[in-house]
Amino acid sequence: MTSSIRNTLNRIIHPSALGGHYVYNRAEEERARQLNLLSAKVRLLTIDSIYRAGSGHGGTSLSIVDIITALLFHRLNWNKFLGDVKGKSAEDQWQHWQNPELPRDRFVLSKGHGIPSWYAALAVGGYIDKDELGKLRTMDSRLQGHPERKRFPFIDGSTGSLGQGQSVALGYALANKTRGKGEKVYCIIGDGECNEGQVWEAAMSAPKFELDNLVYIIDFNKKQSEGDNDDVMNVEWLHSRWKVFRWHVQRIDGHDMKSLVRALEECDKVKGKPHAIIADTHKGYLGGGETFMAGGHNPVIDQESFEKAARFLGDLANSYARA
Amino acid sequence: MPELKPLREAFGDAMVKLGSTYPEIVAIDCDLAGATKIDKFKSAFPDRFFQFGIQEMNAIGVGAGMANSGFRPFVASFAAFITGRYDQIRISVALDNSAVVIVGSHPGLAIGKDGATQMGLEDVNLMRGMPNMIVLQPADHIETREMMNYIVSSRKPMYLRISRQPVPDINNEDYKFEFGKGVVLKEGNDITLIASGGPVHIALEVAKELEKEGKSIRVINIHTIKPIDQDLILKAAQETKGIITIEDHSIYGGLGSAVAEVVAEAGMGKRVKRLGVKDVFGESADAKELYRKHELDKEGILKNVKEFYSRI
Repeated sequence: MTSSIRNTLNRIIHPSALGGHYVYNRAEEERARQLNLLSAKVRLLTIDSIYRAGSGHGGTSLSIVDIITALLFHRLNWNKFLGDVKGKSAEDQWQHWQNPELPRDRFVLSKGHGIPSWYAALAVGGYIDKDELGKLRTMDSRLQGHPERKRFPFIDGSTGSLGQGQSVALGYALANKTRGKGEKVYCIIGDGECNEGQVWEAAMSAPKFELDNLVYIIDFNKKQSEGDNDDVMNVEWLHSRWKVFRWHVQRIDGHDMKSLVRALEECDKVKGKPHAIIADTHKGYLGGGETFMAGGHNPVIDQESFEKAARFLGDLANSYARA
Repeated sequence: MPELKPLREAFGDAMVKLGSTYPEIVAIDCDLAGATKIDKFKSAFPDRFFQFGIQEMNAIGVGAGMANSGFRPFVASFAAFITGRYDQIRISVALDNSAVVIVGSHPGLAIGKDGATQMGLEDVNLMRGMPNMIVLQPADHIETREMMNYIVSSRKPMYLRISRQPVPDINNEDYKFEFGKGVVLKEGNDITLIASGGPVHIALEVAKELEKEGKSIRVINIHTIKPIDQDLILKAAQETKGIITIEDHSIYGGLGSAVAEVVAEAGMGKRVKRLGVKDVFGESADAKELYRKHELDKEGILKNVKEFYSRI
């Protein structure tokens, strides 16, 4: 099969073709609107921080913004602990947030190069000051180019050498299960990252331990550093691959907030298996059908592109705010 | 002839003994529990033993996640295999300062007939170069037991290298393990032999033999290879005419390199001779034959010590 046919197949096998239609109620529509508004803000701060830093992986950060927004603002149980760390020194924040006894969910960004959007989401959520985003990739900053847990408490593992974070996430889930703790563990993995053998070691082992407290979300943006996934290393039929490893697999539109929320909630209902959500995304996605800098992996952001995107995201946020 | 015992037995026994006192200890195995003797812990605490099959990379990451959740995981495999997953240890354990103990059993030429692919001869070099990582290697049964007490009382990332070959006890029953402190097993004023792990007892035998010829040789056991006991090494460099290091490991990056770094940086102008495996891979043969070939047996060390005497 040629790579272009494989690419086409990857694109046409869409959630609507797999799962049928789902009718959302008014409350779900309203929650999606609120999350979309947050998403637009996160995207703006993501681009702004990478623009100011002069480097960073814009395309791959933007493809996961909706996933991250759904996790941080809807799914993770973090908000109730926010008051304990707000305004505290960096050291106190770290000690409190990384205390193993704190009954909070865990989050590992295995595709560590997407970290600017997580920092941006944390700023929107009030976990860090918005001004701190200006320190991304600068000397002595907590906001390293790839996440570093020892410096920064709001991430549960250092990542950036791909294919490793998912095992650390698995360790958290196994620890929680061993101790009978109910907190959940979420991990975002890149599609290109699925080239790594260690990802499949984790895929093989999590079902053995029946880790239904573990959720992997695979950012299926169909591209990696050197081009289309299937030209670099084939990852077609990604959903089928996870299925044969005995995971509970869902495939969704990773930019549709209602689908994201529903898929994450669905994970609570399926017991005895770990959960893989294959989220179809677009590299550099801005929302509203727009793509930033042609979906480049890590383009150097010029002033014109930045201003254009900022205007677009401002308008998008306003449209969600007014709706 | 003193009784010879493999250190992995002491390791396995210590895991079981400490398991009751420290509920945070968990064992993560890579399908070698019978060989590393972590299977003793499995029998005693089946709910805290996790079989991850032949997935060393995954097992290391899982260990880090469990450590960050408050556990003290021991991730065990052969030294060659587990330190071969360098980047997983570097990031998930060392960079994150996660409380994982990486256990490398079956290191060095001493494993004998299984050959080069199974012999950890570069493992100390790899682990020593990693920030945050502590490198430990016991020399006898008693030291293994006492070292384990220390390991479980700490929450630092560690590499524990456990020799496979049976060795005699060289320490007394009342031996107290002191982290980061070398142990002077025998005083002497001519030269100093500094050894670690399996070959320590051989170094001691060599020194005692040469004593009969009127030679005064100091013998130091280094159980903490990183951070190394600089004071004790500098004292030996000052008080004796030179140092010979002995290790079942490459002469690059292990104990010998660590000692040479300390002596050279102090600008003492003393000679350091490194005995070990000289930039080659291992091979299949009886362990005794391999020790003879690489001059790590008693005769080989004796020969090197005598040569050293002629050059200082």
